Amino acid sequence: MTDLLNDLLIRNARPYGEEAVDLLVQDGVVTEIGTGLAAPEGTEVLDAGGHVLLPGLVDLHVHLREPGGEESETIETGSHAAALGGFTAVFAMPNTDPVADTAVVVEHVRRRGEEVGLVDVHPVGAVTTGLKGAKLAELGTMATSAAQVRMFSDDGRCVNDPLIMRRALEYASALDVVIAQHAEDHRLTDGAQAHEGAIASRLGLAGWPATAEETVVARDCALAREAGAALHVCHVSSLHSIAVLRAAKAQGVRVSAEVTPHHLLLTDGRLTGYDPVNKVNPPLRTGADTQAMREALAEGVIDVVATDHAPHASQYKDTEWAAAKPGMLGLQTALSVVIHTMVEPGLLDWHGVARVMSERPAEIVDLPDQGRPIAVGEPATFALVDPDAQWTVRGAALASRAANTPYEGMRLPGAVAATVLRGRITARDGKVVA
Amino acid sequence: MANDRRGDVGEGQAPARELLSSADVARTIARIAHQIIEKTAFGPGNTGDLVLLGIPTRGAVLARRLAAAITDFTGVAPAVGSIDATLYRDDLRRGPTRALVDTAVPEGGIDGKLVVLVDDVLMSGRTTRAALDALSDEGRPRAVQLAVLVDRGHRELPIRADYVGKNVPTSRAEKILVRLTESDDRDGVLIQRPEPGPGEPAVGPEVEPTIDTEAEPTTDGGDA
Amino acid sequence: MKHLLSIADLDAATATGLLDTASRLKDTLLGREVRKLPTLRGRTVVTLFYEDSTRTRVSFEVAGKWMSADTINVSAKGSSVSKGESLRDTSLTISAMGADCVIVRHPASGAAHRIAGWADKDAGTTGTHTSIVNAGDGTHEHPTQALLDAATLRERLGSVAGRRIGIVGDVLHSRVARSNVLLLSTLGAEVVLIAPPTLLPTGVAEWPCRVAHHLDAELPALDAVMMLRVQAERMHGGFFPSAREYSVTYGLNERRLALLPEGTPVLHPGPMVRGMEIAPAVADAPNAAVLAQVRNGVHVRMAVLYHLLAGAPE
Repeated sequence: MTDLLNDLLIRNARPYGEEAVDLLVQDGVVTEIGTGLAAPEGTEVLDAGGHVLLPGLVDLHVHLREPGGEESETIETGSHAAALGGFTAVFAMPNTDPVADTAVVVEHVRRRGEEVGLVDVHPVGAVTTGLKGAKLAELGTMATSAAQVRMFSDDGRCVNDPLIMRRALEYASALDVVIAQHAEDHRLTDGAQAHEGAIASRLGLAGWPATAEETVVARDCALAREAGAALHVCHVSSLHSIAVLRAAKAQGVRVSAEVTPHHLLLTDGRLTGYDPVNKVNPPLRTGADTQAMREALAEGVIDVVATDHAPHASQYKDTEWAAAKPGMLGLQTALSVVIHTMVEPGLLDWHGVARVMSERPAEIVDLPDQGRPIAVGEPATFALVDPDAQWTVRGAALASRAANTPYEGMRLPGAVAATVLRGRITARDGKVVA
Repeated sequence: MANDRRGDVGEGQAPARELLSSADVARTIARIAHQIIEKTAFGPGNTGDLVLLGIPTRGAVLARRLAAAITDFTGVAPAVGSIDATLYRDDLRRGPTRALVDTAVPEGGIDGKLVVLVDDVLMSGRTTRAALDALSDEGRPRAVQLAVLVDRGHRELPIRADYVGKNVPTSRAEKILVRLTESDDRDGVLIQRPEPGPGEPAVGPEVEPTIDTEAEPTTDGGDA
Repeated sequence: MKHLLSIADLDAATATGLLDTASRLKDTLLGREVRKLPTLRGRTVVTLFYEDSTRTRVSFEVAGKWMSADTINVSAKGSSVSKGESLRDTSLTISAMGADCVIVRHPASGAAHRIAGWADKDAGTTGTHTSIVNAGDGTHEHPTQALLDAATLRERLGSVAGRRIGIVGDVLHSRVARSNVLLLSTLGAEVVLIAPPTLLPTGVAEWPCRVAHHLDAELPALDAVMMLRVQAERMHGGFFPSAREYSVTYGLNERRLALLPEGTPVLHPGPMVRGMEIAPAVADAPNAAVLAQVRNGVHVRMAVLYHLLAGAPE
């Protein structure tokens, strides 16, 4: 790690929104919490202004596009976006060019992340070679490489073949890694462009039926149960999947699930103008689905929020709907959307936000130094949140190389005042601290 | 957006002065009918030549009135119809899309015939020009004449009416309102001056007391 | 009217106005030796077709020429399109060349909406206010087809309001069906979609129409029937077991023609697959309005061009 282990005094911060305290950080670790703490000689002071202090956010699902898609995002620009969004660890999906299906590629991603040094970039390895769904990639080699891959996924594609999925889960169980499934039965979504329902039928967009997700989730839960393996369900979008997850968890299946901010907030009602900024996979669904997502997240059936941050350069989005690539930016808007959809309606308090955006994600992939309690002896890895701020989203002003935010022009609550990674400030007042 | 709705006068608009009463309109139509009979030698034994074609909306009404009057005076009915010139206008781009109106060329067509175009108001001559173009696409008349109820001047094209009910010197800002019972509630021709702008004194001769106090919808054929 | 992208953008008065204009244009041109109106002289109309469709393209081209517009045809083949130029760049290039109207046929649903959005946004840059006409976008809509169908129904039935119109066949993939359901219901007709469940979209229950699966049961109460083309490639998707079974169950044959009230018009957007959705004898029966549809297509498209281009720009 290249962190400069400066000493830091954080003044007047409210951990989890509770009483304001000062925190003294030395060598990246919290050494004292109290009120009226004095800053020792040479200590940097961060005036937290009474804002809410959370453990640094952990995102299990981002696309940083490097290598191969640098016109849309790089590990550097993606790290900037992550730091500005309050994230201290992100998991970069392997659908790059070349695919991250070997130790060489995952080590490259990990190393680039360390060189940028703003956020812990954890590469996700491919489950199958070339994401083709046919042959297991070298999971063991990647897990034990310098990249220490904790999670494997063919995200963007589903591991559709039940036998391959079974083998992947069985194999992963011995490596103590997680298989993250993009749950989509491709046979049911051939040519799919939008949530299958009234709106898609009117717009003449081929439907992506919710059953294509639900059936794969059900199948994989059964496979994970038999294999005793850890399954993570990416971007749950259908309310029907929630019942399946609840039942599986009740059976003791080692399954976790994520929901994206956009599936908490946006619906297929946005599709009527055919602007592909709203095209995403799985697709935006109905208001009943977003409501079910919020409730399931509050209940814990869905464990975490993950952004599925998917930058696409304008040439991939400023097209007719069918030609556009699916995906939307998420890193810098995630916390605001969670505040809007979960905190403001009273579904989550700040402890809850810490749980779904930091603690539980770190736990799923077994990260030792992320998602930790705010306490003496713990790493000083934080997101400092101004809960009263309001801001208007402008894609062009976001740190990502691409500007494909679906929230363009939207006014959102809550802003990240500072991000701290092991005692080092990585972002402050909307600017990256390089 | 029918073109005959433009120039509607609603309540609270400028007062209008009567130029032709209902009786004047009837007398004028009768006079034009006599002139047409005289000039075209229409009558028993010579009915096959004359075709009256009105330009919708009020020109078509006038054409039917003229045909009725000619029938009264001669005992034989001339061919009568209408021709919509909208598709030939040169000012379509200056306003909202105009609805098309029916064209009804009488049986027997217009080839080799003497066509009398009929309109309510002649001003710039542009509508007449459009109607002449429409006419030439319908066929090849032997000759074309023009009859109008009111000629208000301000010609922009070398066009002259063969039959004029009343010459009315006007300013461009004034409006001529032709009313016919078939499309309005009574016959008459009115002139309307624009209201002076705020703080701007009324210019020109005193406006006579308004005749039309009901201010029912009327139509301006004045830009014809 | 600035663009014609979807029937959903037309209210009953606007749709009726278009049909009235089409009918008057038809009357105006009827029997004329010279079918040329000067109305759109100096205006440029470009057909931009990314799919083969001789009939629709020619119909628009004839419509433009009869109105004296300069019509230029751009097909995806043999143009910059095949060199990988984006739809946005191609459409803006055509706007910048001074096209007053671009008529778009594209395999992607919503393509015309996108082009209209780009054209409006870049009107200042291109210096041209370009009207966009959707001539068929993917499985979304084909508004002028619905208008010509309505024009044909008005001719045959007097009026559309209160009539019961059956639309039979592959509704799922049919932009014609989508536009017709919207237009006919806007004009006050009762629409019945008749198809196997596999050829009906999920969500059809929220359309302004009724859905039925049994053709024989519906035929006696219909005032008109519209047969949709069934593409053979749909069979590979397993939407129905075989062409034979489809034809037996949903094809309009002579026996079924006899179930219809006397003289009920039979419409088909073409091209017909004779022997599949329509028997040859039915296609050639006096009821068949297929050629009347084609004739009305020209007048309807003239009306669309007139309403888009003849007035002051919006």
